[in-house]
Amino acid sequence: MFTLTDLELEALYLSLLVSGWAVAGSLPLGIGCAWLLARRDFPGKTLVDGLIHLPLVLPPVVVGYFLLVLMGRRGVIGSALYDWFGISVAFTWKGAAIASAVIAFPLMVRAIRLSLEGVDRGLEQAARTLGCGPFATFFTVTLPLVMPGILTGVILAFARSLSEFGATITFVSNIPGETRTLPIALYALTQVPGEDAAALRLCVISVVVAFAALMASEILSRRVQARLKG
Amino acid sequence: MLDLSIIRQQGRFRVDVTLKAGAGVTALFGPSGSGKTSVINMVAGLARPDQGRIVVDGRVLFDRAERIDVPPEHRRLGYVFQDGRLFPHLSVRANLNFGRDRVPPAERKVEFDAVVDVLGIEHLLDRRPALLSGGEKQRVAIGRALLASPRILLMDEPLAALDANRKAEVLPFIGALSKRFGIPILYVSHSMDEVLTLADTLVLMDQGRMAAIGPTEDLLSRPELRPLTGRWEAGSVIRAKVEAHDSQSGMTVLRFAGGSLVMARNHLALGSTVRLRVQASDVAIALDHPGRVSVRNVLPAKVLSVSHGESGLVDVILECGATQLWAQISSAAQADLNLQPGMDVHAMVKALTIARGEVAKTGGN
Repeated sequence: MFTLTDLELEALYLSLLVSGWAVAGSLPLGIGCAWLLARRDFPGKTLVDGLIHLPLVLPPVVVGYFLLVLMGRRGVIGSALYDWFGISVAFTWKGAAIASAVIAFPLMVRAIRLSLEGVDRGLEQAARTLGCGPFATFFTVTLPLVMPGILTGVILAFARSLSEFGATITFVSNIPGETRTLPIALYALTQVPGEDAAALRLCVISVVVAFAALMASEILSRRVQARLKG
Repeated sequence: MLDLSIIRQQGRFRVDVTLKAGAGVTALFGPSGSGKTSVINMVAGLARPDQGRIVVDGRVLFDRAERIDVPPEHRRLGYVFQDGRLFPHLSVRANLNFGRDRVPPAERKVEFDAVVDVLGIEHLLDRRPALLSGGEKQRVAIGRALLASPRILLMDEPLAALDANRKAEVLPFIGALSKRFGIPILYVSHSMDEVLTLADTLVLMDQGRMAAIGPTEDLLSRPELRPLTGRWEAGSVIRAKVEAHDSQSGMTVLRFAGGSLVMARNHLALGSTVRLRVQASDVAIALDHPGRVSVRNVLPAKVLSVSHGESGLVDVILECGATQLWAQISSAAQADLNLQPGMDVHAMVKALTIARGEVAKTGGN
């Protein structure tokens, strides 16, 4: 009964692709920002903090529109990208990944920052006295200890990316096979009379994917916690 | 070995210390807030002095004037923290190897098996730190610092977080370390018990300054330093040599500068030097020789000073040869005996313990 139609498979694949890249691409930057906010004091810190959190409170459509203005073919960044590298992200799945990444970024940074603030600085000092430089200390001590926070951040960001709609449709529109992710496909179906059954099927798929992601994160984070506690 | 002269202003508090520490265990002793931890943090490179110079083994680690400030990871000093600070995400074995792996093989002077053996932690190697007891954690922390082949081992009250039983479990290991691996130890403590057991050299700290430095017995027998060494059970510390074991009477004879003492037979090597502790409440005073008494140690002595101490007790400092003996008697007894400086008396030592021996750690009569 539940074999997926080509349209559903395509939307599911796109959703996972976009969300996967959104999270993977923004993770290093997310860890970097979290570290800066948790460990460093610098002028304008409050401003940076606010900017990072802005997508959390702005309507996604506003974020999408900003992205369109900045990164569209004629945008400041978009035109430079196109002229120098011949890359264009507007109206492609890459653009959708960027939109998702921006929207989900504050959630990721928050989770990692919280976890970083909980790390005992004394352990890092101990590593230093044992001959470990600051860089190596970060990778051998700090990073493993914030793993639960990173995991939480990744899952939150992934879940938020899966449900991304407003910024995506504003920035990269609804292009079948390129930017039509699950929520966008669902929205399109609801606009067509007589497609209630198909829309319901997409709803079920969305629920299953979201639930699976949550379960996986729960199991993973329990394992990581267990490893840290012995 | 260690030669430092440092000044650091911390708010209103000023740490100003100049000292040299050689082989063996050097203890920094003082109340909380006297600047002990600040000193070893500066030696380790975890805090920066405002002025001064730190030299370990001839290598300049810090020199304000020459703008030298070696980062902690290049100082090659072992640091055992009060709270252990084992890495929770690594097994005991990985914790132990953490510092060792970062030392070039040619410079490793401490063997893994030897450390595991001395500290008795072989059965813990595959566990995670979260599953260890407090004493086990501290032993692993000591091992981890040792395996980094440090030039000097810094210990910041490593036993403070442990209860008495755990302390007794870890203390003997620390004493054995310095000798076994030939690494000098700078040991921070506010427990006189630990100092008595461990320290060759004692540094008395007071409000950020070094008040006195010298061999442990010497400093502890100087009455003018009592305000700084005080707040432990009143008593005397005597250095003695094991002279004979008498199997017939079951006694061991110890000779010190001022006579000889006997105690229940122990297994200390003949000729070895031990540190004896005699509590002031265990010393009784007789004006005449008491004759036949059960107390085995009766020493002729001279009264050096008499002073009324706390809670109605009278502190009497006696002189036995070159050694000072501290006695505490009740004021009623003083009213009866009327002890005056210069009087010849007999000191009866009812009990003595070995605070530090070459082999065994405890004893009594």
